[in-house]
Amino acid sequence: MSEQNSNALQALAGALAAGSIETVDLTHTLDPDFPVIVLPPEFGQCARFRVEEVSRYDERGPAWYWRNFTCSEHTGTHFDAPIHWISGKDLPDASVDSIPADAFVRPVCVIDCSGESTADEDFLLTPEFIQAWEKDHGVIPEGSWVLMRTDWSKRSGADYLNMREDGAHTPGPTGDAVKLLVEERKIIGFGTETVGTDAGQATHLSPPYPAHYLLHGAGKYGLQCLANLDQLPATGAILVCPPLKIKNGSGSPLRVLALVERDSE
Amino acid sequence: MTEALKRPPKKDPQKRTASPTLPPFARSRKAIAFTAAAAEGRFALQVCDACEHVTYPAREVCPKCWSMDLEWRDIPDGGKLISETTLRTSVNTYFRERMPWRIGTIQLDAGPSVLAHIHGDVGEFERVRMIARTDKSGQGVMMALPEKETPNMADDRQLRTLTCNPKFRRALVTDGRTELGQRVVKALADAGASRIFVGIAEQWRPYDGSEELQGIPGVEVMPLDVTDTISVNELAAEMGDKADILINTAEYVRPGSAMQRHGVTLARDEMETNYFGLMRLIQAFGHGMKARGADGDNSACAWVNLLSVYALSNWPVYGTTSASQAAALSLSQSLRGDFAGSGVKVINVLFGPLEESWRQPLPPPKVTPQRLADTVIHALTEGIENVTLGPVAEDVVRRYKEDPFVLERELTQLQMGM
Repeated sequence: MSEQNSNALQALAGALAAGSIETVDLTHTLDPDFPVIVLPPEFGQCARFRVEEVSRYDERGPAWYWRNFTCSEHTGTHFDAPIHWISGKDLPDASVDSIPADAFVRPVCVIDCSGESTADEDFLLTPEFIQAWEKDHGVIPEGSWVLMRTDWSKRSGADYLNMREDGAHTPGPTGDAVKLLVEERKIIGFGTETVGTDAGQATHLSPPYPAHYLLHGAGKYGLQCLANLDQLPATGAILVCPPLKIKNGSGSPLRVLALVERDSE
Repeated sequence: MTEALKRPPKKDPQKRTASPTLPPFARSRKAIAFTAAAAEGRFALQVCDACEHVTYPAREVCPKCWSMDLEWRDIPDGGKLISETTLRTSVNTYFRERMPWRIGTIQLDAGPSVLAHIHGDVGEFERVRMIARTDKSGQGVMMALPEKETPNMADDRQLRTLTCNPKFRRALVTDGRTELGQRVVKALADAGASRIFVGIAEQWRPYDGSEELQGIPGVEVMPLDVTDTISVNELAAEMGDKADILINTAEYVRPGSAMQRHGVTLARDEMETNYFGLMRLIQAFGHGMKARGADGDNSACAWVNLLSVYALSNWPVYGTTSASQAAALSLSQSLRGDFAGSGVKVINVLFGPLEESWRQPLPPPKVTPQRLADTVIHALTEGIENVTLGPVAEDVVRRYKEDPFVLERELTQLQMGM
């Protein structure tokens, strides 16, 4: 068994060195001006990413440059743990420091909704859409990450949150779609390119914020503000997404990578 | 008649920027009370409590009855020019650079005759209206103005050394997302500011009034978030040292005392905007402004802070916001120290409850954003450094001057119906 593992890792190392397996960065740069989720003003708000210099080769430290940074657990490209939502608050191993590490390296399925999301900014991913995708790509394997590709990461400025007087308008899943993924496909987590795993208008769905409520209630994880999903195959890639090990953390900004096998042509 | 100020020419890049020089700044400890009144735009002299004799210059005892009970009181500002001279030479560098300079003696209606700067439109032996203002040294001086408004009166060369008139100047308004910020921008444009840089934080969030703001003449919308050091420094680098006037309209207000709050997150946000925001602006823009205090007709001239009057004494209904405003007020005093001798004034406007959403449940009287904007322009055109706005603020400041400890007791005692 151990020899087999060793062979698999050696094969991986060889493929990485040869470039037949490529590492794709799915992360936005942590930038003070990158949008964060905006809640009604009377609620607590998501802290923006901020940096303050400690020294920069100056009187504060002549030979070194370092900074303090501050942010929310949900700033930038970030991971949602089950305790982020009330439905997951009493689950075991539900904070970022206690989630078993194997959850952070898993196969990933990418459902391409980019055309639909371009046509309809409030596009909702339905069970039927997932089943149609499975007709082409096979049934989503148990324990996979599922990412919803919308190409939303290519938007910038005000178009990203797409806030209007009646709230944000961004795509996301329906409650039934999340139920299918969680209860029947038994995925490990669900990720999006938008600021949350839920649609911009998800407060008006039933239950409100179905991705947050159902995923985290079932002990599943979330990823949001992902980028470069257009560089991933529908199936066959490996997602690498370990959050920071924050004690009782509800989530964490993180670097998300995908290992992608390139066709040797 | 005063010649209208012309639009200052573009700066000759081969010429050195003049360093600020100063009129005489030494004052006795007694006379600083005159400066404090002048900073509020009040014309005050010592009046004897025993015999009502008005005395000048500042003294320890009444020269008429020898009483030691001299009180600084606002006195009538009328008078008559009884003698004058025009300085054409001086050993003082400040005046040498500004020759000729008109000074004279005014017989005040209130009694004493005083030495004062004379506006160009005041004729020999004419009636005058006196003002007290702080000069480039930050010290109180008197100036005699024509009794009635004359054409281009504000453009008088000598008067302009005491004021911070926005005409032909470039201003930075730090937060244009709010109605307050937008009203200030419009008021600056109406007052003749040549360019108005307007900071907008988080342009990825829409805000009301955006289109109207961009339509105001001279406006340049710039990314600026006072809670983000990088953003503040980048704007300062992009603008160079073009801020002649900086008006900090950014504020963060939430109701609640320490015990009504759950955790310190909101209090940190308050400090990030109200205190650290001011500090970031000072570090990014202060040096440039300080260096340009004598840079011609569009020299750097004023830094304006808009502060809740509860910066003076905490009102627990907005307890932690008041604390952050107190920190900001204290920092503005530190800035006065930084700017001392630069010729750039720090103007603090202390206002009562503002008509805006976070103070929505408060009863009238409230200060409208328009009124606050107009007051800022008035403070600039008059060169007044300490301004109190609105009946609530006036009441708090009056009681603060009487006894800050009594005021504290009043503001923190049990309130009927609360």
